[in-house]
Amino acid sequence: MKRTSPWAQRAWLILPLLAAFLLLAAAGQARAAVDEGALQQLATGDFGARIAAIEAIGAGGGEEARRVIAALGAGELGVLDGRVVIVRDGRVTDVGGAVVEAAPDAVDLLRVNNRVRRALATANAALDLSADDATRRLAAAQTLRDNASETLLPVLERALESEQDDAIREIVLLAAAKVNLNADDPAKRLKAVTALGESSDPAVKALLEPFMAQDNGTWREPDALVREAAAASIAAIERRVAVAQNIGTVFSGLSLGSILLLAALGLAITYGVMGVINMAHGELLMVGAYATFVVQGLFRAHLPEWVDWYVVAAIPAGFLAAAAVGVVMERSVLRFLYGRPLESLLATWGISLVLIQAARVVFGPQNVELANPVWMSGGVELAAGVVLPWNRIVILGFAAFVLFLVWLMMNRTRLGMFVRAVTQNRAMAGCVGVPTARVDTLAFAIGAGIAGLGGVALSQISNVGPAMGTGYIVDSFMVVVLGGVGQLAGAVWAAMGLGIVSKFLEGWAGAVIAKILVLVFIIAFIQKRPQGIFALKGRFADN
Amino acid sequence: MRTPLTVRLFAKLPRAGWAALALFALFAWVWVPVAHLALPADHALHLSSYWVSLLGKILCYMVVAVAMDLIWGYAGILSLGHGLFFALGGYAFGMYLMRQIGRDGSYGADLPDFMVFLDWKELPWYWTGSDSFLWALLLVVAVPGLLAWVFGYFAFRSRIKGVYFAIITQALTYAAMLLFFRNETGFGGNNGFTDFKRILGYGITTPEMRVILFALSAALLAGVLLLGRYLVTSRFGRVLTAIRDAESRVMFIGYNPLHYKLFIWTLSAVLCGLAGALYVPQVGIINPSEMSPANSIEIAVWVAVGGRGTLVGAVLGAGIVNLAKSWFTVSFPEYWPFFLGFLFIAVTLFLPNGVIGLWSKLRGRHAPATEEEAEPAPAPAAEPAVLTAPPTESTRGAAA
Repeated sequence: MKRTSPWAQRAWLILPLLAAFLLLAAAGQARAAVDEGALQQLATGDFGARIAAIEAIGAGGGEEARRVIAALGAGELGVLDGRVVIVRDGRVTDVGGAVVEAAPDAVDLLRVNNRVRRALATANAALDLSADDATRRLAAAQTLRDNASETLLPVLERALESEQDDAIREIVLLAAAKVNLNADDPAKRLKAVTALGESSDPAVKALLEPFMAQDNGTWREPDALVREAAAASIAAIERRVAVAQNIGTVFSGLSLGSILLLAALGLAITYGVMGVINMAHGELLMVGAYATFVVQGLFRAHLPEWVDWYVVAAIPAGFLAAAAVGVVMERSVLRFLYGRPLESLLATWGISLVLIQAARVVFGPQNVELANPVWMSGGVELAAGVVLPWNRIVILGFAAFVLFLVWLMMNRTRLGMFVRAVTQNRAMAGCVGVPTARVDTLAFAIGAGIAGLGGVALSQISNVGPAMGTGYIVDSFMVVVLGGVGQLAGAVWAAMGLGIVSKFLEGWAGAVIAKILVLVFIIAFIQKRPQGIFALKGRFADN
Repeated sequence: MRTPLTVRLFAKLPRAGWAALALFALFAWVWVPVAHLALPADHALHLSSYWVSLLGKILCYMVVAVAMDLIWGYAGILSLGHGLFFALGGYAFGMYLMRQIGRDGSYGADLPDFMVFLDWKELPWYWTGSDSFLWALLLVVAVPGLLAWVFGYFAFRSRIKGVYFAIITQALTYAAMLLFFRNETGFGGNNGFTDFKRILGYGITTPEMRVILFALSAALLAGVLLLGRYLVTSRFGRVLTAIRDAESRVMFIGYNPLHYKLFIWTLSAVLCGLAGALYVPQVGIINPSEMSPANSIEIAVWVAVGGRGTLVGAVLGAGIVNLAKSWFTVSFPEYWPFFLGFLFIAVTLFLPNGVIGLWSKLRGRHAPATEEEAEPAPAPAAEPAVLTAPPTESTRGAAA
C-alpha cells in the first residue's frame, strides 16, 4: 500500500495534463488540412515540382502534413486516379485518414530518390520546428540553417515569433537571414547581411563574400549600403572566429600544460630533494595509467553499474601503485647512489627499461583500451569547430586540485617542512634532527605517487602502452628547469607557459618545428637565467 | 714541449699497451682479412661476412665509447646526446652513398629514391656537392663538429653542467630525431638511407670492401686510442681532470674551463661523426632511430661497464655490451631490455669503476701502480672536505 500511494498521487497530477494535451491536439487537427494545390503537385508533377510541393507541405505544418511527409518517407504514399492516398497495412486511406475503397495494388506508389529524401528532411525539420521537445527543435533549426529556401521563410518567421530558447532563436535567425540574402528588396538584404554578422561560423562568412566581389569592375551587389554592411559583418565574423580559435588554442595549451604540470610536480620534488633526475619518472606515469586500466577491469567485472566512476577509484590506486614502485626504487637502488647524480641518472634509466619491459610482458606490447566515462566525454562547443572536450576540462581541474594538495603538503605539514629543509640544505637539516633518509624515501614516494596521478589523467586522453612515458621525461624536466628547482609557482608558470607557447607554435609551424623551437628557447633562456624563472635568492642561490 | 709530437706520443704508452696495440693490429689487419678472404668458406677458421660486419660495427661503437670516455671520464661531462653526432656523421656520409647509387635505384632516376617518391624535382640546396667523396669527408667532420661547438659554447659559457647538461643534450638528440623523422627534412624520413651500392665506384657488398672498411675502423680505433692517451696524459688532460674534480678552484687559479671543455667536447663529437661515417657503409642503413635518446644513453653504459677515465675500459665495455646484445637479441629478444636495465643498475651500484676497476681490485693493492692502463677513477677522498659543499652534491657529483 505504501508503495503505490505516490504513484497514485502522480497519476492524478498527470491526468489533467493529459486532458489538456488531448484538447490541444484536437485543436491542431482542426486547422491541419494540407494545401490542396501542393497535394495536386505531389500527385502529378515531375520531380522538381514534387520537391517544391514537399517543402510547401512542410512549411504549411499541421497533423495532415506530418502524416503525408511520414508516409512519403516510408514509401507508403501513392497516387490513385490523380489523388494522393496512403497505403498502410493493406488499407488505402486519403491524407485525412478516411478510408478509400480501392485495392492497394491499384495505387501507384511514389518513388523516393535522394533529392526527394533531402526535401523530406527539410520538410520534417520545418514540422519539428514547432515541436514541444527543445532538442528536436534545435536539431530542426540546424537542419533548416543548412538547407534553407524561400518556401520555408514563413515557417522560420513563425518560429521566431514563438521561440523562447535563445540558442534555437539564433540559429533560426541565421537561417532566415540566409534566405533573405537573395531577396530582391535591398532593405531585406541589408537586414539579412547585418543579422549574419552575429554568426561565428566560417561558412557564413563564405556566404557573405560574394557581396564583396566584382564582375568586370561592377559590384555584384548593387547597393552600397548592403556592401558596407557585408564588409562589417565579414570583419565581425572573422574577429569572432579568430577569438574562438585563440581561445581554443589557449585551452589546448593549458590542457597540455596541466599534463606537463602533473608530470613535472613529482619530478620537481624528487629532483629538488635529492638532486637526482629520475629517468624512470615517465614510467611512473605509465604505472599510474596501467593501474587505471586494472581498476577499470575490476569495475567491469565486479561493479558494472558503477563503471562510470572507475576513474575516481583509479586516483588513489594510481597514486599508491606508483608510490609503491617509487619506494622500492628508492630503497633498493637510489639510496646507495646519493651524491652521484649522474650515476643515479643511469641507474634510473635502467629501472625505466626494466619497467617498460615488465609492462610489455604483463600487459602485452599493444596499447590497452581505456574508455572515457560518460561524464567525461563530449565537450563544450565554443564556436563552429572549436570544441573544449570535457575530459581535458576535467584534467585541468584535476591538475589544479593536485597542485593544491602538493602546496598544502609542502607548506602546511611537518613532512613538507622537512622536505623543504632537505632541499635547501641537506647537511644542516640533518644536523638539526631532520631524519633525512626517511624524508628522502617519503619525498620519493610522494613524487612517484604524483606521477601516478598524472598517469591516471593521461590515461583519459592518450594511448596507454608500455612506452607511453618515454616522451615525458624531457618535457617535464624542461618544466622543472624553466620553473626553477623546488619552486611550485615556477613549475606552474613554466608548465602552462610551455603548453600554450608550444600549441601556438604548433598552429604556426607544425608540431616538430614547434618542439625544436621550444627547446632552442629553453636553452637560450637558461643562458640568461640559469636558475629558472623564479630563482632562489640569497645564500641558496649558488649551487 | 720541445720533443717532437711523434716521440711524445710513443713515450706515453707503457710497454704492455704497445704489445696490446700490436696484437690488435695483427688481428685486424692480418688475421681478419686472411680468415675472411683467403680461407675457404668451410674452413674451421673462416670468418663469415656476418662476423666481419658485426665486429666492424662494434669497432665503430668502440670509437664512440672512447670519445664518450674522453668527455665523461676525463672532463666529467655526461652527454646523453652522443648518438646525435654519430648519426650526423653517418648521415653526412650516407648522402654520398645515396648519390653513388646513381640510376641503380628502384626508380632508375638521378635523384635518390625517397626524393622521387616525394615527387621532388631537384636536390635540396644542402645536398649540393654530396656526390663528391672529399666533400662528404669534410661534412662528416664539420657537421658534428660545428653543431657541438655552437651547442657547447652556449652550454659551457653559462656553466650548465651535471644532470642539466645531460638532459639538455638528450633533448637535443630527441629534437633532432623528430626533425629527421619528417619527410620534408630531406633525409629520407622514417626509412633514412639504405640500399647503398658502392663507394668510389667499388661495390659496397664485396668481401674486399668489407675487409677494407673493417681495417679502416680498426685503424680509426687505434688512432683514437693513441690520440686520447696523448691528450689525457698531457698538460691539457691534467687541467681537464682538474676541471672535472673541482671546477671552481680551476677557475680561481686562472684557467678558463670554457676553452678546455669546448675543445674536448667538439673533438669528442667529431670522433663520433667519423665512427658514424664508417658505421653506415658496414651496416648498410642509417635512419633517425640512431638518434633516439635510448641509443645515446646506451653509449654511457658501455663506458660505465668498462670503467670511466681509462680509455681501454671504454673499448672493453663497448665490446662486452654489444657482443651480449647481439647474443641476446638473437637468442632471447624479450630479455635484452631486462638484461640491459639490470646492467645499468648493477654497474652503477656494484662496479663504480667498471670491469677495469674490478680487475685491478682483484689483482691486489699494488696493481694500479704498475698497471697504468687501469688508472684508478677519481678518488673524491683526495679533496679536503672543508671548503666544499655538503658531500652529497658538488664534491662527489663531479666524480659521477
